[in-house]
Amino acid sequence: MTQLNIPDSEYMYSGHVGCPGCGAAIAMKFALKALGEKTIMVIPACCWGVIAGPYPQSSLKVPILQTAFATAGAAASGLKAALDMKGDTETTVVAWAGDGGTFDIGIQALSGAVERNEDFIYVCYDNEAYMNTGVQRSSATPFGARTTTTPGKGWKKNRKKNMVEILAAHRIPYAATANIAFPEDLIQKFVKARQMKGGTRFLHVFASCPTGWRIPSEMSVKIARLAVQSNIFPLYEVKDGIDYTLNYKGDRPVMDYLKIQGRFKHLNHKDIEQIQSMVDEDWKLLLRKMNHNQRG
Amino acid sequence: MKKVLEGSHAVSEAVRLAKVQVMSAYPITPQTHIVEALSEYCTDGTMAARFLLVESEHSAMAAVIGASSGGARTFTATSSQGLALMHELLHWASAARLPIIMAEVNRALAPGWNIWMDQTDSLAQRDTGWIQLYCEDGQDVFDTTLQAYRLAEAVNLPVMVVLDAFFLSHTFEPVDVPDQDLVDRFLPPFSPRIELNTSDPFALGQMAPPTVYMEMRHDIQKAMEQVPEIFSKVEQEFAAIFGRSYGPVERVHCDDAQVIMVVTGTAASTCRKVISDLRSQGEKVGMLKLKMFRPFPTDLIRENLGSVQKVAVVDRNFSFGASGIFAQEIRAALCNRNGHPPVFGYITGLGGRDVTPEILAEIYWKTKNSAFPENESVWVGLNE
Repeated sequence: MTQLNIPDSEYMYSGHVGCPGCGAAIAMKFALKALGEKTIMVIPACCWGVIAGPYPQSSLKVPILQTAFATAGAAASGLKAALDMKGDTETTVVAWAGDGGTFDIGIQALSGAVERNEDFIYVCYDNEAYMNTGVQRSSATPFGARTTTTPGKGWKKNRKKNMVEILAAHRIPYAATANIAFPEDLIQKFVKARQMKGGTRFLHVFASCPTGWRIPSEMSVKIARLAVQSNIFPLYEVKDGIDYTLNYKGDRPVMDYLKIQGRFKHLNHKDIEQIQSMVDEDWKLLLRKMNHNQRG
Repeated sequence: MKKVLEGSHAVSEAVRLAKVQVMSAYPITPQTHIVEALSEYCTDGTMAARFLLVESEHSAMAAVIGASSGGARTFTATSSQGLALMHELLHWASAARLPIIMAEVNRALAPGWNIWMDQTDSLAQRDTGWIQLYCEDGQDVFDTTLQAYRLAEAVNLPVMVVLDAFFLSHTFEPVDVPDQDLVDRFLPPFSPRIELNTSDPFALGQMAPPTVYMEMRHDIQKAMEQVPEIFSKVEQEFAAIFGRSYGPVERVHCDDAQVIMVVTGTAASTCRKVISDLRSQGEKVGMLKLKMFRPFPTDLIRENLGSVQKVAVVDRNFSFGASGIFAQEIRAALCNRNGHPPVFGYITGLGGRDVTPEILAEIYWKTKNSAFPENESVWVGLNE
């Protein structure tokens, strides 16, 4: 059995109110191991607004600023400016938002902050729908998924928005994907992001949601791993919007990932073929960007 | 030193002297001159501050909320549509108990697009938990901005310094701009009561269940209730150094007045002249200028208007389906007092239309010559 190289330090208390198997809770646990105690979390409305605990409790050992839904990028910018003015160069400001707060309502403030190249880390923990409000579709919800607002035959027919590419187009210094089932890779990327001061760093963390995806909680990490193994959620890094590095090559069919989740149960063979071809197309596009690098 | 400044620059000079550390704003006419001057101060090193040039007013308020939570002295400015876009975060700033200062240039809301003077934008934010102070001239704007920092930082509530579009924001007047050392005597460096810090981790703005939410709201009201006393103390200290004070309300010829006109903003200056002219004709008319709107100075309203024969309120704003907003508040303040006077409400000067001496005189004569208000609001100066 391989021994994972994971720091022992813990900055999250037990007893938080995340659902069993919550990928977002696992993501925070690993992220803070890399970020350390000199971190301030800026959390807009999202599942983590609840998991962080009600007044006067907190599930984290670092300070938390909870903010309005659309504001993570702007509030983190302001907080960082205040620390600059106080001469605090040590503290890392981290905006920690869900997919709704990143892909949808918060994209304007995020884009503004990245265009200004504000010095903080923005993390999107992506559970692919508005889970905190009861599993409504977001623009991060994948093609084929049922949610409470895309129910029955109305399952989502639109593709998922590609957030990393949107940020790469801003020429952001560092953008990377990570996944709770690949903790060493995730921790390394958070360490890299913490050390790369002076501009905005974006981490897109795939975080499974047993409640919303209608999967058993003990399958949470396995399904997150399958998303990478089937190239649905590739692990890669982009520096300055142009320099691509691929961290993992998957070889499993999307069928393996889809068939074990309640949210995809209704899909027929033809639908699954369509998803496979969409994933293949995206994968080829990504490889072209990697190759372009090597040529450049 | 006296300088000839436009109202906008009276704001930016005060912000410079207040040694604000983090600012954020999004441009909207007629607020732009304030933030342009401050951008220059940050660029040329006159101010040691960060200016976050964000992509919307919503983000501007969010950025100063973040900065204030980090313990910095903050400033933003906006108008009209921008203020409306901020609405969600106005509630946030006050409930988070952050002493943010905002200059708000009163401008009409669209449609139709109109960049001119109208008070409905700021008055529509009356329930957001912000202290609101309305200014009459350039010196008032300068002084109020400095006082706002003392007041906000004492009660941990945000303050909106309100000035009329163009009539004040773009009008040049002599303004006494004191030296930095005098301002420093009045306004020491910010020592925040709330400050996120990794050496003492806690959470701000988190979930507040029914067991605590009501108490948090009650605490905001308790802080509001302290404002009149603290404002008076701040004004006394200001007067001791600079020789000027204003009060939450100002009485002009009220002692023997039978009709008192209630006026705000630059219209108060016009009204001073009208009252002086009417007085010379033997009319017993006075003016009560309202500077503080939140917290509403209920006691002062009762004291000054409770036993006069008639009250005439000049509103450059309107609440549709109801009446002028200042008139509503004054009626509400007086209604529990026995024998209170009739309150005549007048709507005028919306969307930048001039409030001329003739209009104010017409309002006086209508009030004098009517036994009782014909309507909750009478619109004055409407085109046929």
